[in-house]
Amino acid sequence: MDIFLQIIVSGLATGGVYGLIALGLVLIYKATSVLNLAMGEFMTIGAFICLTVLTQFHAPFYVAFLFTLLFAFVLGVVVERVILRPLIGKPIISVIMVTIGLGVVLRGLMYMIWTPVYRNFPDIFPPKPLNLGFAIVPSGLLWGFIFAVIGTLIFLSIFKFSRTGVAMRATANDQQAAQSMGINVRWVFALAWSFGAMASVIGGIVIGNLSGISVYMGDIGLRVLAVIILGGMDSIGGAILGGFIIGVLENLAGFYIDPLVGGGIKNVAPFFILVLILVIRPYGLFGKKTIERV
Amino acid sequence: MRCGDFKENYLQDEAIFQSLPVKFFLTLFFVFLLIFPFVANAYLLYMANMIGFAVIGAVGLNLLTGFTGQISLGHSAFIGVGAYTSAILITRCGLSFWVSLPIAGLVSALAGMIIGLPSFRVKGLYLCIATLASQFIFEFIFVHWESMTNGITGIHIPPPQIGSFKFATEKDFYWITLFFAVLAVGYARNLVRSRMGRAFVAIRDRDLSAEIIGINLLHYKLSSFAISSFYAGITGALWMSFLKVVTPEHFPFILSIQFLAMVIIGGMGSVLGSIFGAVFMTIVPEFLGYVTTVVKMQAPGYEQLFIPMKEVVFGGLIIVFLIFEPHGLAEIWNRVKSVFRLWPFSY
Repeated sequence: MDIFLQIIVSGLATGGVYGLIALGLVLIYKATSVLNLAMGEFMTIGAFICLTVLTQFHAPFYVAFLFTLLFAFVLGVVVERVILRPLIGKPIISVIMVTIGLGVVLRGLMYMIWTPVYRNFPDIFPPKPLNLGFAIVPSGLLWGFIFAVIGTLIFLSIFKFSRTGVAMRATANDQQAAQSMGINVRWVFALAWSFGAMASVIGGIVIGNLSGISVYMGDIGLRVLAVIILGGMDSIGGAILGGFIIGVLENLAGFYIDPLVGGGIKNVAPFFILVLILVIRPYGLFGKKTIERV
Repeated sequence: MRCGDFKENYLQDEAIFQSLPVKFFLTLFFVFLLIFPFVANAYLLYMANMIGFAVIGAVGLNLLTGFTGQISLGHSAFIGVGAYTSAILITRCGLSFWVSLPIAGLVSALAGMIIGLPSFRVKGLYLCIATLASQFIFEFIFVHWESMTNGITGIHIPPPQIGSFKFATEKDFYWITLFFAVLAVGYARNLVRSRMGRAFVAIRDRDLSAEIIGINLLHYKLSSFAISSFYAGITGALWMSFLKVVTPEHFPFILSIQFLAMVIIGGMGSVLGSIFGAVFMTIVPEFLGYVTTVVKMQAPGYEQLFIPMKEVVFGGLIIVFLIFEPHGLAEIWNRVKSVFRLWPFSY
């Protein structure tokens, strides 16, 4: 029983990070109806930037963190302006493929700059684990969870209460109406990409802290697709809840099914879940049922 | 002097060979293909084989993505299914290569139809994610179904043979590749002008209208998935017989992207474009590899920079073509042709 609870708790902690990255995907999708398949690469590049600032310039963590956020902001704006804007109104395959292309380019560039060597983050968080009584949460997971939750809350409150957030929601709802109300839709698009990138780099830093970073960390970005499919592609609450569910299921599968098939199920489990959801309930738990079925 | 395309009836419009010069140059090209193995060295023949496999795979994917408008991010999984089917049939059941090849295609087609089934319920983004998931699931199966696939050690395949003649060298295999590549391209070219091909295009352009004019969507979408995967299976079986070994590392996600890149760069919805794309995307990495070795000789230590160059160039080409030349190399080819055709009075 203890082990079961332990698995659930660490699953929830990973799920928090998944939720954050999924939130980034949903933000971008809601505002611009683009599914960003380069999310994993955004994540990895953020983790690398943070690590480089930490180790090369010996900056304190908060400086590195803020710098990474700034970088993500710029990355988001540039990507939207240079790559996505020319493709507005183009068929969906072009838009998807361009984000894939972007991901491949970013991965190659990271490979060039940082080489495929596996790296570890220096200890940023106090190493003391948290004892919940029924389960022990390792410090990395705990702090990662805290970070993810704080990040999620900040994004949510921006979305809910600030003027920008209202503009973003309005654009997501109806672009033309938003534009005629004087909302700068272009700026909203750029902002959505920036927020998405920022959410993913926070996720990247947290995951980098937990398990070290390499160029191949970006694969997590594809696994997060399962989260947004489960939660519904345009539902922020769904993304967060979906994150927890996928995190827990993945951990359970990793523990209970792995010995049966000889390992590796943890990385594929989200995809099995994904296919299952698509067959049963393609619009997810909270998604709008807008899929045309012809 | 020809100064444009004038067609007076549908028969002309549907003709495979649109004009006399096309026939002429095509004949020249075939003669070149037939002479090629006698003048080329082993390396060029190796490249020719690789291009042949890429052509078959890319044409297949184009039928699905370019003509029917269904995105597949799992093409490399279907190639893997074909490769493993053929390898297992040859080594376990002792079937000959020639029997295993069509079976590999059929098994891949079946896999493609299963993955394509959700296309009836979901489309666009959702379908794209479903095929992406299938890619990773198949990869997992290749690695972990060890009793069947031998896991990461892979399966060794004997070369195909007729009687006692073994197609062991690049030169011998070239004939097999050429035969199937020509067959694949010819079939695709014919398919797209048939009832089925027009149904595909109708589904791509607007599925609702297509259904209203009486096209059975499920039937044609699944056919498209099946044909495309059949091509993929044949590609896989041929390719792995050529390499003589099949391991899971041959079918990564990046291979799916590479095939999509071929289709996009070549030109979606153009058979000729897929051929251009396949040739282009096979030669570019090879060229980059060459640059890497040159850099290694001239400036040792910097060649590390060039290893990931392949990915950067692939991704960059996808982005550049999508933004600036969405109709791909086929469109560039048409423009170049019309410059010559209309010269000096192009207007």
